Amino acid sequence: MPNEVKAFKPKIVAFCCNWCSYAGADLAGTNRLNYPADVKIIRVPCSCRVNPMFILRAFQRGADGVILCGCHPGDCHYTTGNYYARRRMTLLFSMLDYLGIEKERTRVEWVSAAEGAKFAATMNDFVETVTRLGENKRLEDLRCKE
Amino acid sequence: MQRIGVFVCWCGSNIAGTVDVKAVSEALSHEPGVVYSINYQYMCSEAGQNLVKDAIRDYNLTGVVICSCSPRMHENTFRKAAASAGLNPYMVEIANIREQCSWIHKDMPTATEKAIILGRAAIAKVHLNAPLMAGESPVIKRALVIGGGIAGIQTALDIADAGFEVDIVEKEPTIGGKMTQLDKTFPTLDCAACILTPKMVDCAQHEKINIFSFSEVEKVKGFVGNFHVTIKKKARFVDETKCTGCGECTAKCPVKGVPNEFNLGMDNRRAIYIPFAQAVPKVATIDPNYCNMLKNGKCGLCAKVCGAGAIDYKQQDQFVEREYGAIVVATGFNPIKLDQFDEFGYSQSKDVITSLEFERLTNAAGPTSGTLLRPSDGKHPHTIVFVQCVGSRDTSGCGKTYCSRICCMYTAKHAMLTREKYPDTDVYVFYIDVRSPGKNYDEFYRRAVEQYGVHYIKGMVGKVAPRADGKLMVQASDLIAGEQLHIEADLVVLATAIEPDKTARPLATMLTASMDTNDFFTEAHAKLRPVESPTAGIFLSGACQGPKDIPDTVSQAGAAAAKVIGLLAKDKLTTNPCVAESNELMCNGCSSCEKVCPYGAITYLDKEFRMPDRTTMVRRVASVNPAVCQGCGACTVACPSGAMDLKGFSNSQIMAEVDAICQMK
Repeated sequence: MPNEVKAFKPKIVAFCCNWCSYAGADLAGTNRLNYPADVKIIRVPCSCRVNPMFILRAFQRGADGVILCGCHPGDCHYTTGNYYARRRMTLLFSMLDYLGIEKERTRVEWVSAAEGAKFAATMNDFVETVTRLGENKRLEDLRCKE
Repeated sequence: MQRIGVFVCWCGSNIAGTVDVKAVSEALSHEPGVVYSINYQYMCSEAGQNLVKDAIRDYNLTGVVICSCSPRMHENTFRKAAASAGLNPYMVEIANIREQCSWIHKDMPTATEKAIILGRAAIAKVHLNAPLMAGESPVIKRALVIGGGIAGIQTALDIADAGFEVDIVEKEPTIGGKMTQLDKTFPTLDCAACILTPKMVDCAQHEKINIFSFSEVEKVKGFVGNFHVTIKKKARFVDETKCTGCGECTAKCPVKGVPNEFNLGMDNRRAIYIPFAQAVPKVATIDPNYCNMLKNGKCGLCAKVCGAGAIDYKQQDQFVEREYGAIVVATGFNPIKLDQFDEFGYSQSKDVITSLEFERLTNAAGPTSGTLLRPSDGKHPHTIVFVQCVGSRDTSGCGKTYCSRICCMYTAKHAMLTREKYPDTDVYVFYIDVRSPGKNYDEFYRRAVEQYGVHYIKGMVGKVAPRADGKLMVQASDLIAGEQLHIEADLVVLATAIEPDKTARPLATMLTASMDTNDFFTEAHAKLRPVESPTAGIFLSGACQGPKDIPDTVSQAGAAAAKVIGLLAKDKLTTNPCVAESNELMCNGCSSCEKVCPYGAITYLDKEFRMPDRTTMVRRVASVNPAVCQGCGACTVACPSGAMDLKGFSNSQIMAEVDAICQMK
C-alpha cells in the first residue's frame, strides 16, 4: 500500500444499555482490555430505547458501522426490553439489507455486566469486519458533509 | 443557548497518563455554548467538586459536562455537587473518558482525540437537557428474605430486631439450610446445630418474622419500596396450623424406603416426614411421590394416627400475595454434580463420598449416629484420602474456574477430627494450594498438620479405582517429592466445588437482578457496594453472591440487613425522574405504547382539546404514571407518532450524541 494513503479508520457507534453492556464496557476498561478507539459508546437505559431512526441517522451522518448491545435474553433489567430490541433490529436490518447496506455493518450483541472480555472481543471483531468493508457511502447524507 | 462548563478530570494519572487533558479542555472550550473549561487532578475530591460549584455560581452555568470516570461511578457525586450550587442535578452529563477511553487505549493522540469527541457528544446532549424534578414514592415497611439458611436467618433476625416485619420464604420444609447438615464448624469446632438451632427458634418465635416454609417465590412485580410478590405455598398435605410435630405419623407410615435428603440419601425416611428433630417449623410433610394414599388412595394411616387432625390429602398449592419494600436474596449454594469427574470413582464405589456426606457420617444425628463407618460394609476405615479442589479452580471446562473457598478449611477440619477420634487412622490430604486466609484459619490448618499428624501432600489425584476386595486404589502424584504414589484407601472424600443453587437463575430473571457467568448474583460495586444488587431494592446475602464460609456469610447477612433497615427507615423514596412522557398534542391514542410497557405504567385518558375554531374535541390520549414508569423507553420506540419521549434520554438528545460522534474530522 502506498504511504500517502491514510489507513481507513471506521466510525463506529455503539449503543449500550446502562445495566449490562455499558457496565460490561466499563469492566473491559477496568481490566485494561484493548479495543480500537473508533468505537464510541452512547449510553441508553435499555436496548429497547434505541429507535431504528438513531441507527439510520448514524449512517446518514457517515457512520460505517453501528452495534447495539444489551443484556442477555431473559436478563433484561426491564424484563422484556431486549426482546423488543431484537425484533425491531431484525426488521431494520432486513430493510438495510434491501437498501444494499452490507449486513456486517450492523450487529446486535448481548453483553452482560460481567463480560468485559466479551465486550472487548466483540468490538475488536466488529471494527475489523467494518474496516474490511471500507467506508459506508450508500446511506450517507451528502448534505451533512462540509 | 445554554451556558456550559466543562470539567476535565486527570484522575491522577489514570486519565492524564494517556489522554492529554489540557488539550481536551482547550478543544472543548471552543464548542458552542461552552463558557468555562478547566482540568483538574481529581474532580471527585472536595476541591474538585468546589471547582464545579464555584464555576456554576461565578459563570451562571446552566449545564455541566464532567469528563471523568464512568457515570456509574460518580454521576451521583457530581449531580449532588451541582444541586448544592443551585443547579438542577439533571443538567449534569458525564463523558466517560476513563473506563471507555484512557484505560483501553495506549496511544496518547488517539485517546485524546476520542476523549474530545466523547466530550463533544456530552456537550451536545447537555444543550438539550431540561431540569427534571424527582418525584416521591412510599416505602412499604416489610422485607422479604428469599432463602432460610444461615444467611437468610441472620438477615431476617437483624431486620426484625430493628422493628420491621420480615417474611422468610424457604423452599424446603424447614429453615436452616446447609448448615443444619454440618457437624462441626471451623475454626472453633463448635457444633453447627448448637449455634444454628437457637437462631432458627428465634426466627420462629420472633413476632416480626413470618416463615413461609416449603414455599417458593412465584412472581415479582413492582420496584424498590413497592414490590408485589406472589408466594407459592406448596401443598405439604399437612395443615401447618394444626400439626404439633409429635412424630406419631412419621413413626407409623408404612412406606419406609424413601431416600432421606437430609442425610444425602445415605439412609431412608418415610413418605411422611419431618426432615430432622430440630426442624423449624416442626411440621410433617407428605412426599406425594411415595405416599400410597396420594398415589392410589390406599392407606390413610397417618390421618388415623394424627391426634390433631392435621392431615389433609386434598391440600392444594396456595398462592399468597404480599407487598414488600425490599427483597434480600439468600439462595445459597449446592455442591456440584460429579458426573464429569469419573476418575474419582464416585459413581463406582459407595466408599467414595463428598465432603457433605462425610459431615453426615460424622454427625451424631447422621445415618451412623456419628461413628465413622464405611458406607459399603459398615467397617471402620483405617486409611482415608481427602482430595481437594474437585471441580474447583478447574479450567478444563468440566468444573468451575473459581476457588470454592471453603474446602481447604473444612478438609483440615475433617482430617483433624478424624485423627482426634480415631488416632489409628492414616489421613492423607491431596491439595493444589492450601488457602487459609481468615482469622485463626492458618493456625487451624497448621494444627491439623503439626499436632494431629495429617499427611498433607501437594499433588493431584489422578485416579481412584475400586478393587474387588473393597479397597480403593488411589493414584496420585507428589509434586514436591516428584514421585507417583499408590495408596490403598478405605475411604475417599472429595472436596466438591460449590455452585449457586439452581433456583437462583429463574429468581434473578424475576427480580431483574444481574448474575455473573457462574450464576452468582453480581453486586452493585465489587468493593463499595458488596451487598446490594445493581437493581434497586434487591440485596444479597450469603453464598448466592459468591462462595463464602459461615463467618463471612453471617457478616454479609448483617450488612445486607443494615442496608435493608436503611431503606425501610425512610418513609418516602425519591423516584427516578428519567421517565417517559407523552405529548398529548401528538398522541393519537393508538395503544402501541401501552402494549409494550412492562410495568403497566401507561393508561388512557379522554382529554378535551380546544380547537382553533373555539370548539372543543375529546380525544383519547396516553398518560404515563411517573411513579410506576421505570424509564426503559420501550414505549418511545413503539410510538408511531413520536408523541412518547423519555426524559433524560430524549430522541433529540440521543440524535445529538449520534451527530456529535459521527462528525469527526
